[in-house]
Amino acid sequence: MKTNLLLNFTVDKENKKIHVEREFAASVAKVWAAWTQKELLEQWWAPKPWKARTKEMDFREGGHWLYAMVGPEGEEHWARMDYKSITTQKSYSALDLFCDENGQPSDFLPCSQWLTSFQENSSNTIVDVMLTFNELSDLEKHLEMGFKEGFLMAFENLDEVLESKG
Amino acid sequence: MPKEFRRDVFQAIADPTRRAILSMIALQAMTPNALAEHFDTTRQAVSKHIKILTECHLVRQELSGREIYYHFNAKQMKEVDQWLEQFKKLWEDRFNQLDDVLFNLKPNDYED
Repeated sequence: MKTNLLLNFTVDKENKKIHVEREFAASVAKVWAAWTQKELLEQWWAPKPWKARTKEMDFREGGHWLYAMVGPEGEEHWARMDYKSITTQKSYSALDLFCDENGQPSDFLPCSQWLTSFQENSSNTIVDVMLTFNELSDLEKHLEMGFKEGFLMAFENLDEVLESKG
Repeated sequence: MPKEFRRDVFQAIADPTRRAILSMIALQAMTPNALAEHFDTTRQAVSKHIKILTECHLVRQELSGREIYYHFNAKQMKEVDQWLEQFKKLWEDRFNQLDDVLFNLKPNDYED
Protein backbone atom coordinates (compact mmCIF):
# COMPACT_ATOMS: atom_id res chain seq x y z
CA MET A 1 0.00 0.00 0.00
CA LYS A 2 2.60 2.52 -1.08
CA THR A 3 1.24 5.98 -1.51
CA ASN A 4 3.00 8.90 -3.09
CA LEU A 5 4.04 10.60 0.10
CA LEU A 6 6.48 13.43 -0.07
CA LEU A 7 10.13 12.58 0.62
CA ASN A 8 12.84 15.21 0.33
CA PHE A 9 16.41 14.44 1.07
CA THR A 10 19.18 17.00 0.70
CA VAL A 11 22.73 17.36 1.89
CA ASP A 12 24.18 20.81 2.35
CA LYS A 13 27.87 20.20 2.73
CA GLU A 14 28.66 23.89 2.96
CA ASN A 15 26.55 24.29 6.09
CA LYS A 16 27.20 20.77 7.34
CA LYS A 17 23.53 19.86 7.30
CA ILE A 18 21.42 16.95 6.18
CA HIS A 19 17.77 17.70 5.65
CA VAL A 20 15.12 15.00 5.47
CA GLU A 21 11.45 15.79 4.99
CA ARG A 22 8.72 13.20 4.82
CA GLU A 23 4.95 13.17 4.90
CA PHE A 24 2.98 10.60 6.88
CA ALA A 25 -0.65 9.60 6.48
CA ALA A 26 -1.57 10.11 10.13
CA SER A 27 -2.46 12.85 12.58
CA VAL A 28 0.27 14.86 14.24
CA ALA A 29 -0.67 13.30 17.60
CA LYS A 30 0.04 9.82 16.27
CA VAL A 31 3.24 10.77 14.49
CA TRP A 32 4.51 12.63 17.54
CA ALA A 33 3.81 9.58 19.70
CA ALA A 34 5.72 7.34 17.30
CA TRP A 35 8.80 9.57 17.59
CA THR A 36 8.70 10.09 21.32
CA GLN A 37 7.50 6.87 22.99
CA LYS A 38 9.96 4.05 23.32
CA GLU A 39 7.51 1.22 22.63
CA LEU A 40 6.67 2.83 19.31
CA LEU A 41 10.18 4.00 18.42
CA GLU A 42 11.47 0.48 18.89
CA GLN A 43 9.09 -0.73 16.21
CA TRP A 44 10.53 1.35 13.39
CA TRP A 45 13.81 3.06 14.29
CA ALA A 46 16.14 0.21 13.32
CA PRO A 47 16.39 -1.04 9.75
CA LYS A 48 15.32 -4.66 9.45
CA PRO A 49 16.54 -7.18 10.43
CA TRP A 50 18.02 -5.04 13.20
CA LYS A 51 15.95 -4.04 16.22
CA ALA A 52 16.13 -1.04 18.50
CA ARG A 53 16.16 -2.01 22.19
CA THR A 54 15.74 0.66 24.85
CA LYS A 55 17.81 0.68 28.01
CA GLU A 56 16.65 4.07 29.29
CA MET A 57 14.09 6.50 27.97
CA ASP A 58 13.10 9.77 29.54
CA PHE A 59 11.45 12.05 27.02
CA ARG A 60 11.76 15.45 28.64
CA GLU A 61 14.13 18.37 28.32
CA GLY A 62 17.45 17.19 29.76
CA GLY A 63 16.38 13.56 29.48
CA HIS A 64 17.65 10.96 27.02
CA TRP A 65 17.00 7.80 25.08
CA LEU A 66 19.75 5.21 25.51
CA TYR A 67 19.27 2.32 23.14
CA ALA A 68 21.03 -0.41 21.23
CA MET A 69 20.66 -1.40 17.63
CA VAL A 70 20.63 -5.17 17.91
CA GLY A 71 21.63 -7.21 14.88
CA PRO A 72 20.45 -10.65 13.79
CA GLU A 73 23.55 -12.22 15.39
CA GLY A 74 22.93 -10.35 18.63
CA GLU A 75 25.58 -7.72 17.88
CA GLU A 76 24.94 -4.35 19.51
CA HIS A 77 25.59 -0.76 18.49
CA TRP A 78 24.74 1.72 21.20
CA ALA A 79 23.52 5.25 20.71
CA ARG A 80 22.08 8.03 22.80
CA MET A 81 19.66 10.80 21.99
CA ASP A 82 19.88 13.69 24.47
CA TYR A 83 16.75 15.82 24.43
CA LYS A 84 17.44 19.55 24.61
CA SER A 85 14.15 21.32 24.01
CA ILE A 86 10.65 20.02 23.47
CA THR A 87 7.50 21.71 22.24
CA THR A 88 4.80 19.05 22.34
CA GLN A 89 3.52 18.02 18.91
CA LYS A 90 5.54 20.81 17.29
CA SER A 91 9.24 20.06 17.53
CA TYR A 92 12.08 18.76 19.61
CA SER A 93 15.81 19.22 19.41
CA ALA A 94 18.35 16.65 20.51
CA LEU A 95 21.97 15.63 20.43
CA ASP A 96 22.52 12.28 18.76
CA LEU A 97 25.66 10.41 19.71
CA PHE A 98 27.25 7.03 19.54
CA CYS A 99 28.20 5.58 22.90
CA ASP A 100 28.79 2.38 24.84
CA GLU A 101 26.18 0.43 26.76
CA ASN A 102 26.60 2.74 29.75
CA GLY A 103 25.94 5.80 27.63
CA GLN A 104 29.61 6.81 27.62
CA PRO A 105 30.15 8.78 24.37
CA SER A 106 32.37 7.33 21.67
CA ASP A 107 35.71 9.06 21.04
CA PHE A 108 35.82 8.38 17.35
CA LEU A 109 32.26 8.47 16.10
CA PRO A 110 30.80 11.94 15.61
CA CYS A 111 27.68 13.40 17.18
CA SER A 112 25.06 15.49 15.43
CA GLN A 113 22.35 17.91 16.42
CA TRP A 114 18.81 17.11 15.45
CA LEU A 115 15.89 19.41 15.03
CA THR A 116 12.76 17.44 14.29
CA SER A 117 9.60 19.40 13.47
CA PHE A 118 6.05 18.22 12.94
CA GLN A 119 3.46 20.00 10.89
CA GLU A 120 -0.13 18.97 10.22
CA ASN A 121 -1.12 19.14 6.57
CA SER A 122 -4.85 18.39 6.11
CA SER A 123 -5.06 14.87 7.59
CA ASN A 124 -1.35 14.17 7.04
CA THR A 125 1.72 15.18 8.99
CA ILE A 126 4.98 16.46 7.57
CA VAL A 127 8.07 15.63 9.57
CA ASP A 128 11.15 17.69 8.97
CA VAL A 129 14.48 16.43 10.30
CA MET A 130 17.45 18.77 10.18
CA LEU A 131 20.75 17.20 11.16
CA THR A 132 23.66 19.53 11.81
CA PHE A 133 27.25 18.43 12.28
CA ASN A 134 30.06 20.32 13.99
CA GLU A 135 32.57 19.58 11.29
CA LEU A 136 32.21 18.76 7.64
CA SER A 137 34.39 15.74 8.26
CA ASP A 138 31.84 14.60 10.87
CA LEU A 139 29.10 14.64 8.29
CA GLU A 140 31.23 12.63 5.91
CA LYS A 141 32.29 10.26 8.65
CA HIS A 142 28.69 9.84 9.69
CA LEU A 143 27.71 8.91 6.18
CA GLU A 144 30.74 6.91 5.20
CA MET A 145 31.82 5.23 8.39
CA GLY A 146 29.01 5.48 10.90
CA PHE A 147 26.63 3.70 8.67
CA LYS A 148 29.10 1.09 7.60
CA GLU A 149 29.71 0.43 11.29
CA GLY A 150 26.15 -0.23 12.13
CA PHE A 151 23.33 0.24 9.78
CA LEU A 152 24.57 -0.39 6.30
CA MET A 153 25.33 -3.99 7.16
CA ALA A 154 21.69 -4.44 7.82
CA PHE A 155 20.87 -3.56 4.26
CA GLU A 156 23.50 -5.88 2.92
CA ASN A 157 21.99 -8.65 5.02
CA LEU A 158 18.56 -7.75 3.79
CA ASP A 159 19.71 -7.67 0.17
CA GLU A 160 21.14 -11.14 0.59
CA VAL A 161 17.93 -12.45 2.09
CA LEU A 162 15.92 -10.99 -0.75
CA GLU A 163 18.30 -12.27 -3.41
CA SER A 164 18.34 -15.78 -1.98
CA LYS A 165 14.57 -15.85 -2.24
CA GLY A 166 14.91 -15.09 -5.93
CA MET B 1 45.40 11.31 4.89
CA PRO B 2 45.81 15.06 4.33
CA LYS B 3 42.58 16.81 3.52
CA GLU B 4 43.17 19.13 0.63
CA PHE B 5 40.69 21.68 -0.56
CA ARG B 6 39.02 20.83 -3.80
CA ARG B 7 35.83 21.88 -5.44
CA ASP B 8 33.40 19.07 -5.75
CA VAL B 9 29.90 18.53 -6.92
CA PHE B 10 28.52 18.96 -3.40
CA GLN B 11 29.87 22.48 -3.20
CA ALA B 12 28.19 23.19 -6.50
CA ILE B 13 24.73 22.21 -5.32
CA ALA B 14 25.02 23.72 -1.84
CA ASP B 15 24.17 27.16 -3.20
CA PRO B 16 20.62 28.02 -4.36
CA THR B 17 21.77 30.30 -7.19
CA ARG B 18 24.00 27.58 -8.54
CA ARG B 19 21.16 25.09 -8.33
CA ALA B 20 19.00 27.51 -10.30
CA ILE B 21 21.72 27.94 -12.93
CA LEU B 22 22.03 24.17 -13.24
CA SER B 23 18.27 23.76 -13.68
CA MET B 24 18.30 26.28 -16.49
CA ILE B 25 21.22 24.93 -18.45
CA ALA B 26 19.99 21.39 -17.92
CA LEU B 27 17.10 22.32 -20.21
CA GLN B 28 19.22 24.09 -22.81
CA ALA B 29 22.74 25.43 -23.26
CA MET B 30 22.86 29.15 -22.55
CA THR B 31 25.15 32.10 -23.11
CA PRO B 32 26.43 34.06 -20.08
CA ASN B 33 24.26 37.04 -21.01
CA ALA B 34 21.09 35.02 -21.36
CA LEU B 35 21.81 33.36 -18.04
CA ALA B 36 22.57 36.59 -16.20
CA GLU B 37 19.24 38.09 -17.27
CA HIS B 38 17.46 35.58 -15.03
CA PHE B 39 19.12 36.82 -11.86
CA ASP B 40 18.90 40.02 -9.86
CA THR B 41 22.52 39.82 -8.81
CA THR B 42 25.36 41.38 -10.77
CA ARG B 43 26.85 39.73 -13.82
CA GLN B 44 30.09 39.30 -11.90
CA ALA B 45 28.28 37.35 -9.20
CA VAL B 46 26.71 35.07 -11.78
CA SER B 47 30.10 34.65 -13.48
CA LYS B 48 31.62 33.64 -10.17
CA HIS B 49 28.97 30.94 -9.72
CA ILE B 50 29.61 29.72 -13.26
CA LYS B 51 33.31 29.58 -12.51
CA ILE B 52 32.68 27.39 -9.47
CA LEU B 53 30.35 25.15 -11.45
CA THR B 54 33.01 24.82 -14.13
CA GLU B 55 35.61 23.91 -11.53
CA CYS B 56 33.22 21.25 -10.25
CA HIS B 57 32.97 19.94 -13.81
CA LEU B 58 29.22 20.40 -13.86
CA VAL B 59 29.40 23.00 -16.60
CA ARG B 60 31.24 22.77 -19.90
CA GLN B 61 31.91 25.79 -22.08
CA GLU B 62 31.58 25.54 -25.81
CA LEU B 63 32.30 28.15 -28.40
CA SER B 64 29.72 28.65 -31.10
CA GLY B 65 30.76 31.44 -33.46
CA ARG B 66 31.52 34.40 -31.21
CA GLU B 67 29.35 33.21 -28.35
CA ILE B 68 30.18 30.98 -25.42
CA TYR B 69 27.52 28.47 -24.48
CA TYR B 70 27.34 26.77 -21.11
CA HIS B 71 26.38 23.12 -21.21
CA PHE B 72 25.27 20.95 -18.32
CA ASN B 73 27.40 17.90 -17.58
CA ALA B 74 24.82 15.46 -16.20
CA LYS B 75 27.32 12.67 -15.75
CA GLN B 76 29.00 14.56 -12.94
CA MET B 77 25.73 14.70 -10.96
CA LYS B 78 25.77 10.94 -10.62
CA GLU B 79 28.40 11.30 -7.92
CA VAL B 80 25.81 12.96 -5.68
CA ASP B 81 23.31 10.23 -6.36
CA GLN B 82 25.66 7.41 -5.56
CA TRP B 83 26.94 9.04 -2.41
CA LEU B 84 23.47 9.78 -1.12
CA GLU B 85 21.89 6.52 -2.09
CA GLN B 86 22.93 4.44 0.91
CA PHE B 87 21.98 7.10 3.40
CA LYS B 88 18.74 7.87 1.66
CA LYS B 89 17.85 4.20 1.66
CA LEU B 90 18.24 4.03 5.43
CA TRP B 91 15.75 6.83 5.89
CA GLU B 92 13.35 5.46 3.34
CA ASP B 93 13.29 2.07 5.00
CA ARG B 94 12.98 3.61 8.42
CA PHE B 95 10.07 5.76 7.30
CA ASN B 96 8.34 2.88 5.56
CA GLN B 97 8.45 1.04 8.85
CA LEU B 98 7.04 4.10 10.56
CA ASP B 99 4.19 4.10 8.03
CA ASP B 100 3.25 0.62 9.20
CA VAL B 101 3.44 1.57 12.87
CA LEU B 102 1.23 4.59 12.28
CA PHE B 103 -1.22 2.58 10.22
CA ASN B 104 -1.70 0.05 13.03
CA LEU B 105 -1.67 2.55 15.87
CA LYS B 106 -4.80 2.60 18.03
CA PRO B 107 -5.75 5.65 20.11
CA ASN B 108 -5.11 3.82 23.40
CA ASP B 109 -1.60 2.82 22.22
CA TYR B 110 -0.34 6.31 22.80
CA GLU B 111 -0.84 9.20 25.18
CA ASP B 112 -2.38 12.06 23.29
